[in-house]
Amino acid sequence: MSTQPDLLYSEEEDALRAAVRDLLTDHCDPAGVITRMETDAPHDLALWKSLAEGMGLAGLLVPEERGGQGASHREAAVVLEELGRAVAPVPYLTSAVVATEALLACTGDAAAELLTALASGRRIGALAVALNVAPGGAYKVVLHEGGLLHGELTAIADATAADVLLVPADDGGLYAVEADAVTVTPQVSLDLTRPVATVVFDGASARLLGDAEPAVRRALRAGAGLLASEQLGLADRSLTETVRYLKDRKQFNRPVGGFQAVKHRLAQLWLEVVGLRAAARSAADALATGSADSGVAVAVAQSYAAPVAVRAAEEALQLHGGIGMTWEHPAHLCLKRAKADSIAYGTPGSHRAALAELIDLRTP
Amino acid sequence: MTVDATELIRRTRELLAAKPPADTDRLDFLRARFDAGLAWVHYPEGLGGLGAPRALQPVVDAELAAAGAPDNDPRRIGIGLGMAAPTILAFGTEEQKRRFLRPLWVGEEVWCQLFSEPGAGSDLAALGTRAVREGDDWAVNGQKVWTSSAHVARWAILIARTDPDVPKHKGITYFVCDMTDPGVEVRPLRQITGEAEFNEVFLTGVRIPDAHRLGEIGDGWRVAQTTLNNERVAIGGMRIPREGGMIGPVAKAWRERPELRTHDLHQRLLRLWVEAEVARLTGERTRQQLVAGQPGPEGAGLKLSFARLNQEISGLEVELLGEEGLLYEDWTMRRPELVDFVGRDAGYRYLRSKGNSIEGGTSEVLLNIVAERVLGLPSEPRTDKDVAWKDLAR
Repeated sequence: MSTQPDLLYSEEEDALRAAVRDLLTDHCDPAGVITRMETDAPHDLALWKSLAEGMGLAGLLVPEERGGQGASHREAAVVLEELGRAVAPVPYLTSAVVATEALLACTGDAAAELLTALASGRRIGALAVALNVAPGGAYKVVLHEGGLLHGELTAIADATAADVLLVPADDGGLYAVEADAVTVTPQVSLDLTRPVATVVFDGASARLLGDAEPAVRRALRAGAGLLASEQLGLADRSLTETVRYLKDRKQFNRPVGGFQAVKHRLAQLWLEVVGLRAAARSAADALATGSADSGVAVAVAQSYAAPVAVRAAEEALQLHGGIGMTWEHPAHLCLKRAKADSIAYGTPGSHRAALAELIDLRTP
Repeated sequence: MTVDATELIRRTRELLAAKPPADTDRLDFLRARFDAGLAWVHYPEGLGGLGAPRALQPVVDAELAAAGAPDNDPRRIGIGLGMAAPTILAFGTEEQKRRFLRPLWVGEEVWCQLFSEPGAGSDLAALGTRAVREGDDWAVNGQKVWTSSAHVARWAILIARTDPDVPKHKGITYFVCDMTDPGVEVRPLRQITGEAEFNEVFLTGVRIPDAHRLGEIGDGWRVAQTTLNNERVAIGGMRIPREGGMIGPVAKAWRERPELRTHDLHQRLLRLWVEAEVARLTGERTRQQLVAGQPGPEGAGLKLSFARLNQEISGLEVELLGEEGLLYEDWTMRRPELVDFVGRDAGYRYLRSKGNSIEGGTSEVLLNIVAERVLGLPSEPRTDKDVAWKDLAR
């Protein structure tokens, strides 16, 4: 095994977290998210502008000479922890991580130009692969005929916010397609804060970016690895909010958080969140350093993160009692995001299957 | 003068020159090391240390190990080093420190701990062993349990009730007990593995001179906190490699014996492998926090996680082994000197790890501690705080 990963947060990462949290506290309150998600514009593009253009966070993974910030997955992971905590409806994971990683895998002027545009935050990109596909998993492609694309793709996350789609085609190429050249139809999504959509290609003109296979694999692996940090933010928020509420909420003339049956559940959840933090940092660090161990680190983090985030959100709902079941209370924001996240970029089971090969614990 | 690393290396080399390990008797060398202040450098001068930072101890240890010097076999005398010594240092008289610390550290005198009782486990402060003042002595009567090393120990740290008429935490006094006293009877306590790692200790009219009391009369609970807090200090230094724990032998069996594999076991093995790896990373992160001088509360949960994982993993391993899982290495009653999972069969690991969620704080009590001290949730309602010990329900 290689050297130990750095599992801590640096001072700069702590400062970055504080800045993102300040912005989200002021501009992404739960009531606003709940109101917005039922409108025709579920994404908060003003918030995206502040994050991407104002703070320069869309270009963290892009080298400075290509128009980005030249930071790494470690910093992007910290941003995602905070965005997860707020269940922020912005296309950060899909554009600044997944689409950006796909472009980083491509050479050539078309990819370079688009990469710079995404890094600046002025344009939003989306990889046209269904959100549930795991790294290394099979994905649907469109037909490439005479320079035009034909076909239909479903479950494309944040497609309604995207200016440009990165589309794998049957000839093995990855193509850039302008959003106004296709028909994007929102699907009624479980998680309205990261909605999925159908994209119909009816002779859409396209620019070749590079080979689809390596680009998609790299993009999905980074997406899966950094999703663990978003799940950490979600789980930590669910736990913190529930503890806060139960110190205050009284039944039987005492705080509900004083009952041992409840205390033990929360303590157990805390243990799992602590474990998730170590696993998520391990994945982010492995991606940042390009470690040979990154396949294992990502598979471990994603196998562990999804059930913890879902359980944290489910426990939060149960332990809030009736109020947690209302549309008005934000507990369902975490629950829906956590459940959708448990499918995104591969289920825990698919990551365990990948792990079985990587660590040589093979199927019977 | 503060002693830095360079000075420690100089003194260590001076010791090695004066007492070349190859030509020196082991105990002579260890005594000389103690007298040179290189035993535990953070202890005071004259008591085996130099008042140096504790973090510098590895400098001395590495220098001595490189020279092939003998060590004091710390695993054999863990209770003395980890629990008795810090308590004696914090609460002992000058005379007690001079009498006890040197033979303790070199390992001439083994120590054990007489704390738990059949009627006082998680609720240790409810203990009922009585110590009654008789002239310059105390007469002690009672029963202690789960005492490792009692059969080889020269001394014990003991807590006993000296005042039954006050609430339980207030009537306890802390003593050093002579294990060669004729009133001390040690019986092996056989456990579910077939072995007896521990003992029951019966105390009948044991005489303890008042000069062997540690701390004030009635202040024993506070003194015992020093002992118990030091029990938990040891974690954090160790780096565990991937598959370094109990998951290692199961993974090995899976790889080497394809005929044992089933789909159900595969799913469970992969889940446990992931959890073991996450627990390892959590331990590593805790270690990195300590090294960086930012200790967090995360360490509090490690014992809970490892207890559960050891039990689940060893349970899976017994099942994986199928026909072999029906067998057990040996039920002969033995008295092992050390507890070690390495080299033992899966059945032993399965049975011994059942104790992991009981010893050193039950998992139920530790969950309360996490809930109250880390999450800040209300503490359990207490009905025992203001009641005299003699009036408690039992």
